[in-house]
Amino acid sequence: MSKSTAFFPSSFPQSRSLWPVFVGLAVLWLVSLPLACLPGPVPLSARGVFRALAAFAGLVPTPDDPALVQVVVRIRLARVCLAALCGGALAMAGAALQGVLRNPLADPFTLGISAGAACGASMAIALGGPLVAALGGAAGWMGLSHAGLVAPAALLGALAALGGALWLGRGDGAFSRESVILAGIAVAAFLGALVALVKALNEESVTSIVFWIMGSFQGRGWNSLPLLLATFVPGLLTMGMGWRALDVLALGDEQAAQTGLDVGRARLWLLAGASCMTAGCVAVAGVIGFVGLVVPHVLRMLLGWGHGPLLVGAFFGGGVLLVWADVLARCVLSGGQELPVGVVTALLGGPFFALLVRRR
Amino acid sequence: MASPQPTNDISAPPMLRVSGLRAGYAGHAVLHGPGFSLRAGECAALLGPNGSGKTTLLRALSGVLPVQGGQVELMGRPLASLRPRERARMAAVVPQRGQFPPGLTARQMVLLGRFARLSWLGTYGRADYAAADRALEETGAAPLAGRKLTELSGGELQRVLLARALAQESPLLLLDELAAGLDWARMVELFDLLERRRAAGACVLMAVHDCNLAALYATRLMGLKNGSMIFDGPVAQVFTQENLGALYDIPLCVLPHPCLGHPQALLARTGGPGAAVGNGCAGHAAGAADGDHGHSSPGGNEI
Repeated sequence: MSKSTAFFPSSFPQSRSLWPVFVGLAVLWLVSLPLACLPGPVPLSARGVFRALAAFAGLVPTPDDPALVQVVVRIRLARVCLAALCGGALAMAGAALQGVLRNPLADPFTLGISAGAACGASMAIALGGPLVAALGGAAGWMGLSHAGLVAPAALLGALAALGGALWLGRGDGAFSRESVILAGIAVAAFLGALVALVKALNEESVTSIVFWIMGSFQGRGWNSLPLLLATFVPGLLTMGMGWRALDVLALGDEQAAQTGLDVGRARLWLLAGASCMTAGCVAVAGVIGFVGLVVPHVLRMLLGWGHGPLLVGAFFGGGVLLVWADVLARCVLSGGQELPVGVVTALLGGPFFALLVRRR
Repeated sequence: MASPQPTNDISAPPMLRVSGLRAGYAGHAVLHGPGFSLRAGECAALLGPNGSGKTTLLRALSGVLPVQGGQVELMGRPLASLRPRERARMAAVVPQRGQFPPGLTARQMVLLGRFARLSWLGTYGRADYAAADRALEETGAAPLAGRKLTELSGGELQRVLLARALAQESPLLLLDELAAGLDWARMVELFDLLERRRAAGACVLMAVHDCNLAALYATRLMGLKNGSMIFDGPVAQVFTQENLGALYDIPLCVLPHPCLGHPQALLARTGGPGAAVGNGCAGHAAGAADGDHGHSSPGGNEI
């Protein structure tokens, strides 16, 4: 080993070779945000879009076309930011869960989060109308509406599923990865059956339930941001404190404990944090698959071993992927019709993932 | 219990105190109450046939296997009351079979030994890099630093695992079959290193298959059979034909090392031409240096 690397004062060993990847990802992310505001069902000139964005950032005076600002900032930019945050959160959660469970096939929905959220959302879609009608004036007074019920119900369902899976997976208090995975499967199976039941009993809401389950940012705006941030920040905190624990967990439970890690506690916190992040994304945008699986997988090839660089990279990589997947979702079909973004990620991610696995 | 070898500071509290230890796996007790205590400056070798409970004992002492009965104290504090982080600062472990993820390099592995000493942010500081590089240097693993663990041979991997334990800077070292897979030169290098650490005040407890190696390097031998301690004491006192014969259930003869004087054991054949009779080989050992097999001269084997 050369002397120059012996005392390299960085938290990431060998990180000098990693910086180009980080800088590249960050630049890509930053550039993607404004560029992704360009395409959309309403044709707008690039000049107008950038002008509106610059005005929003306070760089130039507000242009005198209120509709332009309305479309660019209130609709497109909000969507792009939500997609960037959701993509980052899903990819980070995927990387963390794969580390905690030492299973490269784990994804953010492993603990039955998707089933829980889908269950909550379909209940709200199917039963929310009658509920709001029954409450009548009281519902209006509390600010409840049928559509507004879906996101909180999904969040509640996801958190309930998470709690159930963690409680079941507790086993002898050690949160072994087998028991956690089994608990997730059990919870997902039960809640999946509940969703099927709701669909069977309430046929007119099937379409909206299915569309919601496939994931979409259609109609989501800045008002979804607080919910997303409220789940993202706690998850980020657990990962900020637990990323080195993920490294140690990779050695197996026994060596991790001998190296000084409280394995059960670390696993509980990381599972809870990653799943909390996921629950927020699901509540806002439905179930978007493949981001949490493909992004960490690709980044591991670029960044090598170690969860610190991986988590940082996943935030940017997942954001970029989901922003552009959402652009495709809203532009592919003509006449303002949209594809569920989960369909886009799965259609792109599936073959890409298969190719990666094949080439290895 | 036999009193341990004289050490630098006899008044210090024992590094490790074990009494009536019971541990094992679901429905199958492995350890039936062995007890001993180890002080700083001691190097104890744990001898015993396969399945006698050596690995189980080390796993129980490192806190990864629940203690079902008896007491274990690390530096005067009950093992059960220690948080994993505190425990890891007191005792470092070299496991028999290390598990590791693909893509991990030797240096990254050694740095993970610093986990118990990191701040809550989890970033490595100058001291961590220095400790890791020193440990790699000491174990002769420095040339391997950038290599992936999956590309290393068994002996190279053992050196990296020992480097990780040394980087942990814990006073008690628990080593499970460190010599496995090492060639003679590497083995001597690593055991000389352990001897230097011991002389500097570390405390070593190691499970060893090769009892001759143990006699050369340990200050104290413990014989574990079916989960119970059948002998425990300084090498010169307990390395006898009777003790080892009873431990391994085979006839063997004990001779002093021709150069060093430490007792060494030789296998005596149990069948075929020239086979030993009974539990030893008195007839064959008659011409050997001391004649009085089993109890070599006390003056010649102080370590």
